[in-house]
Amino acid sequence: MKTLDNLRAAMRRDQVWDFMVPRQALELDMSHGTILYLEDISVTFDGFRAINHLNLYIDAGELRCIIGPNGAGKTTMMDIITGKTRPDTGTAWFGQTIDLLRLSEPEIASVGIGRKFQKPTVFEQHAVLENLELAMAADKRVWPTLLARLTPEQRERIDEVLETIGLQDQRDQRAGALSHGQKQWLEIGMLLMQNPYLLLVDEPVAGMTHQEMDRTAELLRSLAGKHSVVVVEHDMDFVRSIADKVTVLHQGSVLAEGSMDEVRNDPRVIEVYLGGGP
Amino acid sequence: MPPVTRLGTFHLDRGGQIFLALLALTTLLVPVLNLAVPADSSLHVSTFTVTLLGKYLTYALLAVAVDLVWGYLGILSLGHAAFFALGGYAMGMYLMRQIGDRGVYGNPELPDFMVFLNWSELPWFWHGFDMFWFAALMVVLAPGLLAFVFGWLAFRSRVTGVYLSIITQALTYALMLAFFRNEMGFGGNNGLTDFKDLLGFDLQSDATRIGLFVASALALAGGYLACRAIVTSKLGRVAVAIRDAESRTRFIGYRVEHVKLWIFTFSAVLAGIAGALYVPQVGIINPGEFSPLNSIEILIWVAIGGRATLYGAVLGAILVNYGKTYLTGVMPDAWLFVLGGLFVLVTLLLPQGLAGLFRRKETTA
Repeated sequence: MKTLDNLRAAMRRDQVWDFMVPRQALELDMSHGTILYLEDISVTFDGFRAINHLNLYIDAGELRCIIGPNGAGKTTMMDIITGKTRPDTGTAWFGQTIDLLRLSEPEIASVGIGRKFQKPTVFEQHAVLENLELAMAADKRVWPTLLARLTPEQRERIDEVLETIGLQDQRDQRAGALSHGQKQWLEIGMLLMQNPYLLLVDEPVAGMTHQEMDRTAELLRSLAGKHSVVVVEHDMDFVRSIADKVTVLHQGSVLAEGSMDEVRNDPRVIEVYLGGGP
Repeated sequence: MPPVTRLGTFHLDRGGQIFLALLALTTLLVPVLNLAVPADSSLHVSTFTVTLLGKYLTYALLAVAVDLVWGYLGILSLGHAAFFALGGYAMGMYLMRQIGDRGVYGNPELPDFMVFLNWSELPWFWHGFDMFWFAALMVVLAPGLLAFVFGWLAFRSRVTGVYLSIITQALTYALMLAFFRNEMGFGGNNGLTDFKDLLGFDLQSDATRIGLFVASALALAGGYLACRAIVTSKLGRVAVAIRDAESRTRFIGYRVEHVKLWIFTFSAVLAGIAGALYVPQVGIINPGEFSPLNSIEILIWVAIGGRATLYGAVLGAILVNYGKTYLTGVMPDAWLFVLGGLFVLVTLLLPQGLAGLFRRKETTA
């Protein structure tokens, strides 16, 4: 009987078969001013609820900081947006038209979401320039890559990004020989080469000196506007110095949202951070 | 030289230039010294030596193919001997059909081993091998298709590292066991041998031997240049990126499994061509060529020569095999110990192989 039902379902004349439905448009539509919609997302790992009915909206061009104690689900949230982890329930839309949950990791990268990892991972054996070249938005299939030649515009773009991240003098240096801070900037530069609409930046200043922190803050602020930037960070001073709007995550859902001052004076946030009675 | 000026353009490195120059010199000199210099002269190169050199060159091509996937892509393949042997078998089948009625049993249609097994007709997969173009196509297709299907399954499931090495080894081992069976129709234990001629040229004549030697040299040069073109392209830089940080490369937007699949398949085709040139020179192909030990030996050549240099693989293949020829003649029992010792020494003292030594000198000079 089940087979028969399946067959009937497959033969319904008011529907087309799944494989004949045209692939969704991969054109970003931000006409409502919002670039990322996460709605009612939940993820469970072995019975542990890492994300619990999370709702989060990011506006086009905004610089958003996300803070929260360890285990609040910050990195898992990034994993969901970039396709590394699939949520159990909920929806994730990029603009009005792109359903992130239906795309693979490389597809998500190619529609315009770039991610910087917590630990800087650059290609250590390659020169700074080559790192940027590899990250550049281009046709990344095998044949076009084999035959790729740098056009003058692309070369210009690389120089531009080198200047933005302040590594002009290191362009021919092996990335493995850069300092920790320089690697972080190079990684941000690699994100920029992909011309992303949305940048996800995971703990950009961990292990940086104060000067390096200031430069990173400057860099991230200069990116907002042209791109939407989401920064996950522990360092409160750093967050205060860059954020327009702060979201506090706690136990997998949003605890508070607002300007840094509003958030800091929120009694629930104080309780979570300073610890209170049960 | 800063890499800036060279992004995305084909160029030869120092070692590659020296290697190609030496190869060209050898290819020009050896035929002259063999054919034109009288046999009693001290400069004469015997036909035996020519064939030996030709064999080394096919090994060198095989080593280049392995270096492409191991050195640049990080795939430690323990199964490249399988692709080499498949190419060899395709060529061997053509050579068997060329024997015609000159076999021991004089059957114009069936190779000797089939007559011996009381088979009455040619199995379907032997058809077409009487034509050289078809055999040549199979030399490329058989290893290429196997690598493509195998790679598609393995890379899509994201099998990497030691697990991938183990299944490549299982692949070549399974093929060895299969080819040992008489029912497979590839001559079983004895393999294919007793070849007479290739494209109408007598395989025993000096001129044919020279021809095969030159063909091997050309194949090596062509294979080397093709690999060099790949590794100096953007795709080559992507390959190295995959080797060093696979998931990072995926996040940047490259289809890692596709890159691996195509480079792996190309490498298998090169190995197949090497096998096809090897068989007429040594005069036999049997299932022993599929042995996992052979695949491991190739890795030792590449490690000794120096990974991720291409010319290092050539150097390693030729030196180790020369050593093998020499030592198995002088002290047959010592060879395996020497090989093992060499491998240990190179791993401990020269992690970049002999090519690393050369490179270090170049940078300090």
